[in-house]
Amino acid sequence: MYVYDQYDQQLLNERVAQFKGQMERYLDGKISEEEFLPLRLQNGIYVQRYAPMLRVAVPYGALNSAQVRKLAYVARTYDKGYAHISTRQNVQFNWPELEQCPQILADLAEVQMHAVQTSGNCIRNTTTDEYAGVIAEEIVDPRPYCEIIRQWSTFHPEFAFLPRKFKIAVNAVPGQDRAAITMHDIGINIVKNDAGEIGYRVLVGGGLGRTPILGEEICAFLPEEDLLTYLDATIRVYNQFGRRDNKYKARIKILVKALGIDRMRELVDAEFNRLKDGEGKLTQAELERVKQHFVDPAYKTLTDATAELEVARNENKAFSRWMERNVRSHKKPGYAVVTLTLKQIGTPPGDITAEQLDQVADLADEYSFGELRSTHNQNLVLADVEQTDLFGLWQKLKDLGMATPTLGLLTDMICCPGGDFCALANAKSIPVAEAIQARFEDLDYLWDLGEIDLNISGCMNACGHHHVGNIGVLGVDKKGEEFYQVSLGGNSGGNDADGSSLGKILGPSFAREAMPDVIAKILDFYVDQRNDGESFLEVYRRVGHTPFKEAVYGKPD
Amino acid sequence: MANLINTQGPVQDTELKSVTLEQWQEEKDALTGQSLELTVSSEQTADLFGEDADNFARISIDFPKFADGRGYSAARLLREKYGYKAELRAVGDVLIDQVFFMKRCGFDTYALREDQIVEDAIAAFSTFTNPYQNDVNDQRPLFRRRLS
Ligand code: HEM
Ligand code: SF4
Repeated sequence: MYVYDQYDQQLLNERVAQFKGQMERYLDGKISEEEFLPLRLQNGIYVQRYAPMLRVAVPYGALNSAQVRKLAYVARTYDKGYAHISTRQNVQFNWPELEQCPQILADLAEVQMHAVQTSGNCIRNTTTDEYAGVIAEEIVDPRPYCEIIRQWSTFHPEFAFLPRKFKIAVNAVPGQDRAAITMHDIGINIVKNDAGEIGYRVLVGGGLGRTPILGEEICAFLPEEDLLTYLDATIRVYNQFGRRDNKYKARIKILVKALGIDRMRELVDAEFNRLKDGEGKLTQAELERVKQHFVDPAYKTLTDATAELEVARNENKAFSRWMERNVRSHKKPGYAVVTLTLKQIGTPPGDITAEQLDQVADLADEYSFGELRSTHNQNLVLADVEQTDLFGLWQKLKDLGMATPTLGLLTDMICCPGGDFCALANAKSIPVAEAIQARFEDLDYLWDLGEIDLNISGCMNACGHHHVGNIGVLGVDKKGEEFYQVSLGGNSGGNDADGSSLGKILGPSFAREAMPDVIAKILDFYVDQRNDGESFLEVYRRVGHTPFKEAVYGKPD
Repeated sequence: MANLINTQGPVQDTELKSVTLEQWQEEKDALTGQSLELTVSSEQTADLFGEDADNFARISIDFPKFADGRGYSAARLLREKYGYKAELRAVGDVLIDQVFFMKRCGFDTYALREDQIVEDAIAAFSTFTNPYQNDVNDQRPLFRRRLS
C-alpha cells in the first residue's frame, strides 16, 4: 500500500490547516454560504437532509488496519457509531457536526487519510478492481497507476473548478471490466500491445445520472508514460468547452456527444501532442518508485490446502456455501481472497458499526497483513488470507454478521442512502432494499437464482447505479408520493469487457408495498424461462423485454 | 473597487488603454503599437487571441463567478503555449481561496474582490509548499523534484 513520504504528508497537513482557516472564516461570517459551498465540497462535506455528510476518500479502496481503527474512532466520537461504504469505495459519515469537520480531518490526517476532492466539480477519487494485485488474471497491478493519478489530480491548479465532477476508473484484467470503466468520465483499461509494452485503452464520456451514457474509445493504445499528459489534455479540452449553463448537461459525456468522438479526439490529440514530450511526461523512475509501494507482502511458500478444505466443507454446509460465494482464488498457492459482506438483513447496504470496524481491523492484522479493501459493491475484502485459516476466519465473521454467503446474489444489492438521508431524494431506497432482503432471505432460493445485480437509487442522480443493475429500481415522485420505477437488462461490465448495457424501463411505477411482489414476478418468470445454468441477464437478453413486461403487468388485451 | 495585489502585497495599477477582444479584432491595425490591455471573458478561449498576445502589455481574464474555472486553462495556455510574458491579471470574482491556483496557472496580478481581506489573500499564496503537479512557475511535476 502507498505510504506517504515527507512531501505527501506535508501537502496533507497544509490541506488540514487550509480548511481549518476556511472554516474559521466561514464561521466568522467572512465567507458567504455560496462561496463556502465548493470549499467544503472539495473537503468532502455535503449538507444532506438532517446533518452534514463527510465523505472520506479511500483511494482505490485501499485501507490499513490503523486507518480502519481511526474510522471506528471517528464513527464513535463524532457520529452515531457507524460508517457507510459508498459505491465509489469511499467511507461516509452521516451525522458529524459541521464545526467538528476540521478536527475530524486532522484526526484522519494522522493516518494519512483525508476527504480531498471527494465531492465538488473536480477530479474525484480514482477507483479500481477491489482484487487488484492478488488475482492472476490482471496484466499488471493497477494500483500504482491509480496512485499516480491520485497525486496528479490532488489540488490540480487548473481543474479545481470544472463544469462538473470528474471520475476516473482503471481496469487491468483483459476481457473483463472490473471497475465499471464504461460508466466513468474517463475509463482506463491497462493493456499490452503486440510488442508486449504496457499502455492504456482510454474511454471517455461515460456516466450515469439523468442521461446515462456508456463511454466511447478515444485512444486505442496510449503508451505507459503518456498517462498524465493525456489526462491533462483531455480535461483541458473539457474545462474549456464543457457546458456550464446547465448542470444537467455539464458532464463530459454531453460534450463528447455534442462534438462527436472523432472531433473530441482531434481536440485532445492537438493538445496532447504539444504536452506529451514535456516535463509532465511520466518517468520510469516514478513508475518504479510508486510500484515499490505495491510489491507483494511477505507471502509464505505454501501449497493449496485443497484436501483439508474439502473435508471442512463436507462437514459443514454453511462453510461450504460461504467458500463458494465469498472466497475466491488468489494468485499465490495456499492463499485466498475473502469478501466480507455488509448486506445483513436489518442494516442498510454498506453500513458498518464502529465495533465492527475495530474487529475487522483486528482480523486484517491477524489474517491479511494488516490491510483491507472497500469495494464498489459496498463490501470489504481481506485479500491475503491463508487457506488453512479460512475456517477460523469464517467462524469469526459469522459472529460479526459478515459471512452472509450471498456475494453477487440478489440480496447483495447496491443501494443509495435515499430519502432517509438525502435531500435530493424522490423516495426512500433503504426500506425497499430491506423489504426485498426480508422477502428473499431463503438461501436455497437465492442460490438457485444465481448472480443478479439489483441496484436501487432514490432519484435520477443514480447514486445507486440503477441503470446498470440487471434489475434497477428508481425512486420517482408522483404528485408528492413515493413510487418506484423498475428497469431490466442493465449491466456494469464485470466478466464481460464489452457487456455493459443500460437497463430499459419496464413500465408504470409501483408503490413501495408492491415492490417485493414485483421483484418476485420478475424472478418467477426468469426461473420459468431459463435453460440449464442460464443467468438472469442471459435469459433477459435471449427472450427480450416484452415477455418480462407481460409477466409483470399482464398481457395487453 | 477591487483591491489590486500581487503575491507580495498591494500594487499600484498602471493606466493602459483597455480593449475587448471584439474591439481588438475590428481595429487591429489602428491599435497596434499602443500600450494596451486586452480584457477577455471566460468564454473566450486562449486560442482565440493567443497568437496576438504579444501586442498587449496586460491581459485581464474575467472570472464572472469564482466557480467558473475556464480562466485557469486560458492563463496556462497563454503562458505555456503562446509564450505570453507580460502582465496577466485575474479580474472579477477573485477570492482568497482561489488565488493559489491562479498563481500556479500564470497570473501575476489579482484584482481581489473588494470584500476580501488582503492579508488573508497574501497568506493564501503560500498554501502548499510542494504541489504534486507541474505548473507555469515550475515545469517539473513533483516526481521530477522529489529528493529521496
Ligand atoms: C446523501 C447525500 C448525497 C447527495 C446529496 C448525493 C448527490 C448526488 C448527485 C447530485 C449526483 C449526480 C451528479 C451528476 O450526475 O452530475 C450524484 C451522483 C453519484 N452519487 Fe451521490 N449523493 C449522495 C450520497 C451518495 C452516496 C452515499 C453514494 C454511494 C453509496 C453516492 C454515490 C454516487 C455515485 C456513484 C454517483 C455517480 C453516478 C454517475 O456516475 O453519474 N452518492 N450524487
Ligand atoms: S440517487 Fe438521489 S436519493 Fe440517492 S443518494 Fe443520490 S441524490 Fe440522493
